[in-house]
Amino acid sequence: MAHPLQLRAEVLGITAAGAYQQLLLHAPGVAARVRPGHFAALAVGGEDSSMLLRRAFWIHRADPAAETVSLVVAERGRGTRELLRSRVGGTVDLVAPLGTAFPQPAGPMTALFVAGGYGSAPLFALAEQIAAQGGAVGFILGATTAERLFGVETARALTPDVLVTTDDGSAGIKGLATLPLAEAVKAIGAQAVYSCGPAAMLRAVTEVATAEGARSFCAVEERMACGVGVCMTCVLPVVGEDGVSRFVRSCVDGPCFDGTRVRWDDIGTIPADVDGAAAMGVH
Amino acid sequence: MDAHDVDLTAPFGNGTLPNPVTTASGCAGYGRELARFQPLAELGSITTKTIMPYPRAGQPTPRLAETPSGMLNSIGLPGAGIEHFVEHELPWLAERGARVLVSIAGERVEEFAETAEALAGRPGVVGIEVNISFPNAANRGLVFGCNPATSYDVIAAVREVTDPALPVYAKLTPDVTSITEIAAACVRAGADGLSMINTLLGMAIDTTTMRPALAGGTGGLSGPAVRPVAVRCVYQVQAAMRAGTMPVVPILGMGGIRTGLDALEFVLAGASGIAVGTTVFNDPSAPLRVLTELRQALAERGFGKLTDAIGLAHQPHHNPQHQPQHQPHQGVQP
Repeated sequence: MAHPLQLRAEVLGITAAGAYQQLLLHAPGVAARVRPGHFAALAVGGEDSSMLLRRAFWIHRADPAAETVSLVVAERGRGTRELLRSRVGGTVDLVAPLGTAFPQPAGPMTALFVAGGYGSAPLFALAEQIAAQGGAVGFILGATTAERLFGVETARALTPDVLVTTDDGSAGIKGLATLPLAEAVKAIGAQAVYSCGPAAMLRAVTEVATAEGARSFCAVEERMACGVGVCMTCVLPVVGEDGVSRFVRSCVDGPCFDGTRVRWDDIGTIPADVDGAAAMGVH
Repeated sequence: MDAHDVDLTAPFGNGTLPNPVTTASGCAGYGRELARFQPLAELGSITTKTIMPYPRAGQPTPRLAETPSGMLNSIGLPGAGIEHFVEHELPWLAERGARVLVSIAGERVEEFAETAEALAGRPGVVGIEVNISFPNAANRGLVFGCNPATSYDVIAAVREVTDPALPVYAKLTPDVTSITEIAAACVRAGADGLSMINTLLGMAIDTTTMRPALAGGTGGLSGPAVRPVAVRCVYQVQAAMRAGTMPVVPILGMGGIRTGLDALEFVLAGASGIAVGTTVFNDPSAPLRVLTELRQALAERGFGKLTDAIGLAHQPHHNPQHQPQHQPHQGVQP
């Protein structure tokens, strides 16, 4: 479990990045605690807001010297719309960092990063860390359209091994991010694939990565209501080290998981062999 | 009146707790997560997620939908079971000085009793809250708490196996014709207090998928949207006690409490304690914040102790000392 702080963070800037907005927040004490894969949860509006549930966002950057964190926000509904109407100089109620981050690489390694849309946001800091340790990195950045890609230039500044895919062919290869995956793993000799995006993509990435002999670490984007581990909304069926499947919370036990342990096909169901299924009448 | 001089000692069962604030069951896990935001020992108590005798997976996802000033949930009481709780969660809470109100449920009367028995002699436990808003497997899945007779049976069974010194609270559902009738049945069965209210049954349909928003179909409505219903329930039961139509026990009020003034509303209606629930999802620091705000609100109104405010709304308005102050932070000297 991360050790989050809750504070009113000053909005230093809101800048467009393709279809997304980057929210730069002044959050004393938070940045130094952030590890790649952590997320932040924002409250919508003030104490009279009719929208009670927190909205969770990837932490894209954390700068301990400047005491800032940068979040990537996609406008999806009333809550995100209201958050993006925040005034620069105003404040938002921030809880961060949250979740279990990606495992820290022990030494130099070769890693491939695969993202769907703004799922790339939490990956760059880890890629830079691996590169700084003398490792090698590559990227496959996928999205539905060119404007829904995030961080292509950041990736290119880090490595020449960057592939772009779009569903409509408006940028890069036409198709899903998993289309060039097997070739890319072979090409750079990736020992691990780090991915972030929709569950269907993470399932496919894990399948291909493991078939190619690489580890698969996935950051999931499950719907959350509190972000801190009490609401039990963001659960996934995950196989534990004891071999028993349990519903675990993406906000505490994740969002970063070993992709081979997540029962991707069973999300949204109660598998008969999950712990406590019998009590739900599932046999 | 200085806020720090207000005596917050709160009636609880036949005894007291240092202050009236607890967490509402299902909104605070088993405490570990919220301990990162406030010392649990500073709360009057912490109420756990409802614990069943055995592991339970809970409902499939999606389990929750936001609604205006509230939310609907169909979580399905997931948990690792009572044995796991007493071995792994309760000792952790006790070490931190938390006073634990353990919420329990079962599918049959005997399962409630079995769960309560497992708590005997365990350090840290200050009471048992019996979640009777649960379908009765032995009677066509009818909710125990919707019927005075089945409510009585469950509470009597739990009371029988529980240390007489340990308060047993009945958690009441508002989805009944007469909450005072159920409340009276629970107290006659031996309940030492009443927790009210549980969520209201509701439903939302996703207009994009054109299907129910929750995997469970219906769900429990909670949050500030239900607060007037909860205040009404507390007021009605307190009124019945004052009228002598049922025995007097402390009431633990809850339903959409977001601020100290919301908490005060419940106290004035007749609650001796209050629980912060759904608001925790919005503000994980809310339980301690509400306590601080309640203390301040009592001081501003000239109350030297919490107990002077309990049920005050039932009295005719004759004491000007207790009229609201229009200038906040200027206490009235008694």
